[in-house]
Order: sequence, then structure tokens, then C-alpha cells
Amino acid sequence: MVTSITSFGRSGLYDWMIQRVSAVVLLAYTIFMIGYMLFGSELDYQQWKELFECTAMRIFTLLALLSMAAHAWIGMWSISTDYIKPTGIRFLFQSACGLLTFIYVIWGIQILWGV
Amino acid sequence: MLVSVYRYNPETDDAPYMQDIHIDIPGGKDIMVLDLLQLLKDKDPTMGYRRSCREGVCGSDGMNMNGVNGLACVTPLSEVVVNDKLVLRPLPGLPVIRDLVVDMSQFYTQYEKIKPFLINDTPAPAIERLQSPEERAELDGLYECILCACCSTACPSFWWNPDKFVGPSGLLQAYRFLADTRDTATEERLADLDDPFSVFRCHGIMNCVSVCPKGLNPTKAIGKIRNMLLSQAT
Repeated sequence: MVTSITSFGRSGLYDWMIQRVSAVVLLAYTIFMIGYMLFGSELDYQQWKELFECTAMRIFTLLALLSMAAHAWIGMWSISTDYIKPTGIRFLFQSACGLLTFIYVIWGIQILWGV
Repeated sequence: MLVSVYRYNPETDDAPYMQDIHIDIPGGKDIMVLDLLQLLKDKDPTMGYRRSCREGVCGSDGMNMNGVNGLACVTPLSEVVVNDKLVLRPLPGLPVIRDLVVDMSQFYTQYEKIKPFLINDTPAPAIERLQSPEERAELDGLYECILCACCSTACPSFWWNPDKFVGPSGLLQAYRFLADTRDTATEERLADLDDPFSVFRCHGIMNCVSVCPKGLNPTKAIGKIRNMLLSQAT
């Protein structure tokens, strides 16, 4: 058993499952958005605004945003533990990733409910 | 043909270097890479490499031949030589002791970690612990591993974290004991593997499968360990 305190859920199985579940959410969101843009009627500002004023769409987008945050954290954490061996630099890199992810989530929420 | 061999003697060399040697194969026969190494050694007795059984059973002569890991004794030249040239390097990722000889300590430490022996605390029966033919068949494709390290040293996850990731060879053996009906330590074994490194550093690129000289499938075994962890969790 390798102990690790900076991984997402501390359990390999938990991280693995979150990575898969969040990938499915992101795939569903991507398919929906591509389908909406391809097959929706003419896309204008009014229609775009109406789409994001709908509570279901806000929930779906927030879910996708949180999924992306978790997915990105697990992925970047794996990359950093593979390639950055000095603990100090790795910790700095992970901190920057964590901070950036947090900013994106809060910023995303602000945008979503600011429509 | 031209053979380019990785040479390094820590007592005399400051750094490793590639030595180019031109050699004629007697009779132009399709000999094994190990036979070629013997010819090279006849020319230069300082050449270092491991070998023992010379028939793919002991796993001593694992090395990197034209970029692909394999056992020199069961790899014919026709399988690896490109444009009459062969590049021989030690197994990648492990510390080099000398020439083609690597230090396998990290590999063995990972093997030791998975407790490669049957654990059964129940009273021993008078004769032996029996298995049905079906139960025994579960171990096929697992027990045949000869620990040559060709798979683990072809795995980037093992290169980056040889101290934390068990590696394909160790995990194949881990599943060999998880799948054994005579073993009663399944829960403890699984608990030892449920961290972000031991098993889950495998990203399924299957380098291990493509190089295994015994034709085994560590990626499949790793998938089965993952499924066991999943079905045990709530």
C-alpha cells in the first residue's frame, strides 16, 4: 500500500471511478452541445440566453463543470507524480492546478447564474 | 551485419557508450540473438550479459533488441534485425550494473510486495488442498510468468514510479494468488493494492502484452484485479 495525501480521494479505486463517471458526464455534455449547435434552429443571442436561463441546463452545465474539475485534478495529479520528482516543485505545480481549478469553478458558477 | 551494443563498465568508463561491431554470421544462418552475443563475446571477452538456460525458461537474458524487449535466447535475428543492423541495449529503466546486465532489485521488491505465496490459515488437510480442474484452469496464463522483467521494463508507468507502481509482472502474480481458491487472504491482498499507485498507475497501453516472451496478458489480469476491487467496494 502506497500512502498518498495529495490525490483526489486517497483511494486508487475511488479516483479511478470518479475519472470514469466524470468522463461520461463530459461526453454527454459535449454530445448535447454539438447536437444543439448543429441541429438547433438559427442560433442567436436570445436563444443562447434562453438556453442558459433554464434551470435544467444550469444544473447540467454545473455538473459538467464539476466533472471537468475533478477529472482535470486527477489527470494533472497523475501527470505531476509521473514527471515531477522534486517534492517542492511538484507541490507548487499541484497547488497551481488546484487554485486554477477552484477559480474556474467559482467563475463558472458566477457566469452561469449571471445570465 | 552491424551490431551496436550498449557498453558500460563503471570501473573504467565515465559514461555508457554504444560500441559498433561488424560481424559475419557463420553460414549466414538465422541464429538467436544469444548466439550472436556469444560470437561477440568470443571476440571481446569483456562483454557482459546474463544467460543461463538458453531456451526461454529461466528469464535471465531479457534485453532491448532494436527497441523491443525480449529474451535473447528465443529471439531469432530474422525477427529483430532491420537493414542488417541490430541495436542491443539493457532492459530500459533499471540501473545498469555493467553492459547488458541490470540491477533487478526494484523489480524484485515489487514482486515481494504482492506476497507471492499461498496464504491459508485454516488447518492443513491430511494430504493436500484440492482444487477442481475448473478452479485450477483459472491459474492458466498466470503461473507461467518467469520474472524476466521484459514487461515491467517496457512499461512507462513502471519507469516513472518503479518504487510505487507494482508493474505488470508483479500484478500478474498478484492476480495469480487472488484467483487461487486455496488462498484465503483475498481481502488483505486487495486492501494492499487499493491506492492510486500500486494498480491504478496502469493506463492499459498494453506494452507488457506486446513484449511478453511467454505470450501472457498482464493487462487482462490487472483488469480483473480492478474488477475484484470494484465488486468488493460498496
